[in-house]
Amino acid sequence: MSYEIIGITVLWIFLYGYMIVASIDFGAGFFSFYSELKGEKHQIHPLIERYLSPVWEVTNVFFVFFFVGIIGFFPDTAYYYGTGLLVPGSIALILLAIRGSYYAFSTYGSKNNKFYLFLYGATGLLIPASLSTVLTISEGGFIVENDGQIQFLYKELFTSPYSWSVVLLAIVSVLYISAMFLTFYAQKANDNPAYMIVRRYALGWSLPTIIASLFVFFAINQHNPEHFENMVDISWVFVLSFLCFIIAVYFTWTKQRGGLAFIFVMLQFAFAFFGYGASHLPYLLYPYLTIYDHFTNDTMAITLIIVFILGLFILIPSLYLLVRLFLFDTEYVKGKKE
Amino acid sequence: MYLYDPVIFSRILTSFTLIFHIIFATIGVGVPIMIALAEWIGIKRNDPHYLLLARRWARGFVITVAVGVVTGTCIGLQLSLLWPQFMKVAGQAIALPLFMETFAFFVEAIFLGIYLYTWDRFKNRMVHFLLLIPVAIGASASAFFITTVNAFMNAPQGFDIVDGQLINIQPIVAMFNPAMPTKVSHVLLSSYMTSAFILAAIAAVSLLKKRKHVYHKKALKLTMIAALVFSVGTAVVGDFSGKYLAEYQPEKLAAAEWHFETTDKAPLIFGGILTEDNEVKYGLEIPYALSILSGNSINTVVKGLDDFDPELVPPLWIHYLFDLMVLIGMTLTTLALIYVLCLVIKKWNPHHPLLLRCIVIAGPLAMIAIEVGWIFAEVGRQPWILNGIMKTAEGATTSKNVDTMLYLFSALYLVLGITCVRVLRKVFRNYPAEEEIKQNGM
Repeated sequence: MSYEIIGITVLWIFLYGYMIVASIDFGAGFFSFYSELKGEKHQIHPLIERYLSPVWEVTNVFFVFFFVGIIGFFPDTAYYYGTGLLVPGSIALILLAIRGSYYAFSTYGSKNNKFYLFLYGATGLLIPASLSTVLTISEGGFIVENDGQIQFLYKELFTSPYSWSVVLLAIVSVLYISAMFLTFYAQKANDNPAYMIVRRYALGWSLPTIIASLFVFFAINQHNPEHFENMVDISWVFVLSFLCFIIAVYFTWTKQRGGLAFIFVMLQFAFAFFGYGASHLPYLLYPYLTIYDHFTNDTMAITLIIVFILGLFILIPSLYLLVRLFLFDTEYVKGKKE
Repeated sequence: MYLYDPVIFSRILTSFTLIFHIIFATIGVGVPIMIALAEWIGIKRNDPHYLLLARRWARGFVITVAVGVVTGTCIGLQLSLLWPQFMKVAGQAIALPLFMETFAFFVEAIFLGIYLYTWDRFKNRMVHFLLLIPVAIGASASAFFITTVNAFMNAPQGFDIVDGQLINIQPIVAMFNPAMPTKVSHVLLSSYMTSAFILAAIAAVSLLKKRKHVYHKKALKLTMIAALVFSVGTAVVGDFSGKYLAEYQPEKLAAAEWHFETTDKAPLIFGGILTEDNEVKYGLEIPYALSILSGNSINTVVKGLDDFDPELVPPLWIHYLFDLMVLIGMTLTTLALIYVLCLVIKKWNPHHPLLLRCIVIAGPLAMIAIEVGWIFAEVGRQPWILNGIMKTAEGATTSKNVDTMLYLFSALYLVLGITCVRVLRKVFRNYPAEEEIKQNGM
């Protein structure tokens, strides 16, 4: 395998990791706020807090890892995306900053502050929407280069059906993923009232997720037919993704095996996400940037890969410890160990 | 007339982000060490007061960490958004430490979460203490890695430039550049020092409010002794930094010292103001001191500003910053020394109101010294973003809208700063240490 492929695979895995853990976080924030409005907060908020408090910072690192890594492996992305994304990137940053800090303020500091909870809930939907624009832009047509000047076409972005279908998919899947996770967590905690609420959320958001995915398929065909062709070539991946979806929903519907159901949710998104990523190759930014023509130098690539492997030796056991203490420790999940 | 210049706005926005981030980053690097010290002493002496100290510090710490994390994410991404051309080069040469920093950050994030939520989960207290070690190492390691990146900007090496392209890149050589040892050690020690003074100031405030519980006295003693050790260390490394500048960035040192003519037996000018025709007024001149600072001998020749291309000389107002940093550093070291003497000499009172008042001021002063020191280090590198290779203006974005982003981010930092202070005050006011001691039955 070439360094380029290794590099983009590593980054894509981390982006996938971020997508899953961040979705749980973003969605949970929204549900926390929504349950407050509906007067159900006391039932599910403690559950959400028990899970999120020890891990929220880790979620953020997945994101940092991705954008530092992509500059490391593909320095020219800084030039194209950096220049083009100033406004959407800054807005996403501001939202992330508000969310992260107000989460901490409300969890460790001023508890029961409704305004903080509102900020936390609202940003939970706005951030996925703003971050997903990066994926939209990577399809081409929104950044043009004229005489060495990078220009970002806001109007095209805001009027493109493709970009709106991606935003829709991002928001809907965030709610679906996090509801599915919370269903598993509530089941593990033996917390029946909370379980019934989050299961309702999960089933409610399952169908919209699939519909939104179909929208994106059609929109890609309109926007970037070359990419669509590549997707059709590996359509079996997307079929597998759909099968995983069916299984996950089936388990949730029949109230069995919450853990297994969530694994199928992860598989569903893994197939879709890696299928999307693979068919997008070799482009990082269509049609300006491929993974081959602006790769970092070989020495840096080897060093980064070595460091990455060494890093995993520390990271995997640490993550395992974290998960074991706060996710697979039934006593903790039930709220008996604080 | 209003002129839109992305370079100026990018510079202002970057400095705002960093100035705000540094407050929380400094706390983030230094406070885990102090928490570890308190918990260690608490376990070893079986003293619940020290354990409570660690616990209460950790409670406040996590709130500052949150702001540190989000502003750190901001600067991380802003580097690419505001300085795309620079990051293109940096990605080629110094992606390694940037990448390693995220690993250090990862470890810190994971273990901080575990540490905070397992206070009473292990029978053996030592297990819980051990969880803090990766947090402290992770915090210091991320400071280490990110400072090597900054050091590289001051002393770029580990590559060749052929036709404007970087080739023959050696990532390790780029990382271990000449500026690295002094920068890293100065950053680490000054962060430990500042955190110790800030925590000391908190203890001093409590004592001044006639809260005479032994808990606060223990807190003051621990933090002030640590502050003395770290401030002496900071001063020693500061001296090495001066020698580094004399050798590798003489224009920065000359601008900081208003040293115009190349000469040996160079005097050091402290304070003073500069007239329009570059004459120093009201300055305190210490004979030979600059030569000694540069090379430990009065015969060391120190390059003067006249020897440099005027276009490549940093602004001369950095002199005030340099002096302020050194002045604060020396004052605080003396203060810590006086406190420790009070502990040793039986007749002296370590809780004298005047001394306590000075310690209260020392906390914020230490933070000001950090800010001033960073501004000095960064502005002293102008006009370069990569010293001698790429000018700052060449690294900046060409985007429009940087001005709007500047206003948005300024508002964000203002709001975050105010809320953070309010939340911290609320947490500790509503649940003072005395009450917690009583509830825990100590």
